[in-house]
Amino acid sequence: MKKVLSSACLVAAAAMLVPQAASANDELLVMQDNPAWYVMPTLDYANTRYSKLSQINADNVGDLQVAWTFSTGVLRGHEGAPLVIGDTMYVHTPFPNNVYALDLSADGRVKWKYEPKQDPDTIPVMCCDTVNRGVAYGDGKIILHQADTTVVALDANTGEVAWTVTNGDPKKGETGTSAPMVVKDKVIIGISGGEFGVRGSITAYNLADGKLAWRAYSMGPDSDTLMDPEKTTHLGKPVGKDSGITTWEGDQWKIGGGTTWGWYAYDPEADLIYYGTGNPSTWNPSQRPGDNRWSMTIFARDPDDGMAKWVYQMTPHDEWDYDGVNEMILVDMQVKGEDRKALVHFDRNGFGYTMDRLTGELLVAEKFDPAVNWATHVDMKTGRPQVVSKYSTSQNGEDVNTTGICPAALGTKDQQPAAFSPRTGLFYVPTNHVCMDYEPFRVSYTAGQPYVGATLSMYPAPGGDHLGNFIAWDADKGEIVWSNPEPFSVWSGALATAGDVVFYGTLEGYLKAVDAKTGRELYRFKTPSGIIGNVMTYVQGGKQYVAVLSGIGGWAGIGLAAGLTEDTAGLGAVGAYKALSNYTQLGGQLTVFTLPN
Amino acid sequence: MRPCAKHVSLLLAAALVAALGLLLPSGGGAWAQDEEKPYQIKDGVVDWYTFSGFRRYHAECHVCHGPDGLGSSFAPALTETMKTMSYEDYLEIVVNGRENVGTTAQSKMPGFGENRNVMCFIDDIYAYLMARADGVLGRGRPKKEAKPAEAKERDEDCMS
Repeated sequence: MKKVLSSACLVAAAAMLVPQAASANDELLVMQDNPAWYVMPTLDYANTRYSKLSQINADNVGDLQVAWTFSTGVLRGHEGAPLVIGDTMYVHTPFPNNVYALDLSADGRVKWKYEPKQDPDTIPVMCCDTVNRGVAYGDGKIILHQADTTVVALDANTGEVAWTVTNGDPKKGETGTSAPMVVKDKVIIGISGGEFGVRGSITAYNLADGKLAWRAYSMGPDSDTLMDPEKTTHLGKPVGKDSGITTWEGDQWKIGGGTTWGWYAYDPEADLIYYGTGNPSTWNPSQRPGDNRWSMTIFARDPDDGMAKWVYQMTPHDEWDYDGVNEMILVDMQVKGEDRKALVHFDRNGFGYTMDRLTGELLVAEKFDPAVNWATHVDMKTGRPQVVSKYSTSQNGEDVNTTGICPAALGTKDQQPAAFSPRTGLFYVPTNHVCMDYEPFRVSYTAGQPYVGATLSMYPAPGGDHLGNFIAWDADKGEIVWSNPEPFSVWSGALATAGDVVFYGTLEGYLKAVDAKTGRELYRFKTPSGIIGNVMTYVQGGKQYVAVLSGIGGWAGIGLAAGLTEDTAGLGAVGAYKALSNYTQLGGQLTVFTLPN
Repeated sequence: MRPCAKHVSLLLAAALVAALGLLLPSGGGAWAQDEEKPYQIKDGVVDWYTFSGFRRYHAECHVCHGPDGLGSSFAPALTETMKTMSYEDYLEIVVNGRENVGTTAQSKMPGFGENRNVMCFIDDIYAYLMARADGVLGRGRPKKEAKPAEAKERDEDCMS
């Protein structure tokens, strides 16, 4: 039986394949290029979620069958995807955040299980279900980011704890949901809790021993945000001194939100990491006048010392909860006839952004759902969205119910990651097609208690009979190429492959395969519970497998499980929506597919 | 945080309720009897306090208990639970929280005793939930009467 390669072997292998490789971090650069494995939650550092595997392809995917299944033993929202390294699969669960190492050469026999003990007090300070978006691998260790913010490094072979470190304090509402990313000799860890007045930060720990290397806050003085007033730029201009304080009133920045619970990307050539920050706290915009920098911002930072190279704030002074945390997809492509090192980002606010990832220049910003109405467009010079007064919860003020805002707070897209295929040049994006009413009101802050200050109701976008779309996007033109309506929001991460197939899951529980060129459905299978996980693929014993976690939950599970408000007359087809619970129930299962022999 | 008279008295009240509950397991305190309903609904228009309960519920509680009290995969439907729950028990649970531990899932409701966004409006939230549980108030945002001066005063006193 084969075993997981030891880190020494991997480094040796890396050295053989890439003679110029200098340090241990190059291990992952080599491993991510092996399509048989799935070594990071984002598939690769560029977040393309594109697999070079083509054994399963548009011609034969219709024959797909279930090869084996695995119950995780936890009945909550299952986000993220397992990893595969060699013959071992690493499966994570929602709270209590168990990790299983499964032997793929022995029908998924459990090699080891790690079961952390966590204080159940953590559960109620998780805003949107007790989700976890997966583990990371680096230097022979599996890195788990627990709900209580403990970061644990486990020996990939034995599951033994190598080190642990505490990233935050759940008693202040700080929690962990995001997947770590290993970059060079560091582990990048985010934080959740934007609905609890947490001040967001991103932290790098040494992969070797868990020692804190640097922490960069989303707001605060330059010493906290790790910004250089002269060298850090916003759309090409220096940000100036203490830019993380000057657009806030009083001490509000100290409970300012801007959490970092999404995905991280890394460009090894530019040596920059990319991520986005979440909503400013509270949801009542009148209590925090100003742009609230640097919430709702795309960051490019140096992974060695955390210093920010450039930033771009997409939604200054948020009034709708349009967190900017969604993934940054790094693609080298032509934009307006020019070769660019691009960054493509589908934001909660409904705009699809294409930027130059080296300079932070804004190249394209277009709506990726025609329903988006809160802003007419993004001013390409200032980068500011042109807000429509009617939909401004800030202009309308406290205690006023602003109606018909599209998208809803869920965003046109939440964290569920999109995929990119270099074969078609298209981005495949899971989206929501939901609008809302939003009434902000005064709230008071208590550490560890919800700090929301708004009431929302959500309903289908006008005229439609569906709550989601799965779309193909041209990031140069800023246009939808094709769009498949889905009865519910698409809350599952997509996977594109060299077989010209795109996979995604649905809230009813279907795994679907569609033609990458046309979007035509080629295959569907109903798994035991709704899918909010990300589809992944790997090779074992010469065969390609496709796997996905089922387990309804997350924000979608909360917002939709009881059905949407039916009495918002005139918006959508009243009564056309049945509760999601008519389609699916709680679950926790991995389903693995392959072609018949 | 500055002391808040109502807030403190509510905490004390809840403690007292808990103590009484031990002494008098049959319940039946002053609140429990079939007095007037805690809400008023005339021609489909609710009193301000019930509306206030709707609003605060959907900021503090709905993430777990679902829109309109209908429950979610995370916590029970209060439209059902409140049919049988006494006001005393409601107070005790909101102030102190509760925990359910099982083999496949753990759930925990936090105590809101120190949270003014809940405690200042605890009777409003109760009124809203009872109206939902009694089946006299539908889903979504209710039509409301104007905010009375005394409610403005009350909110300012308690929240500041």
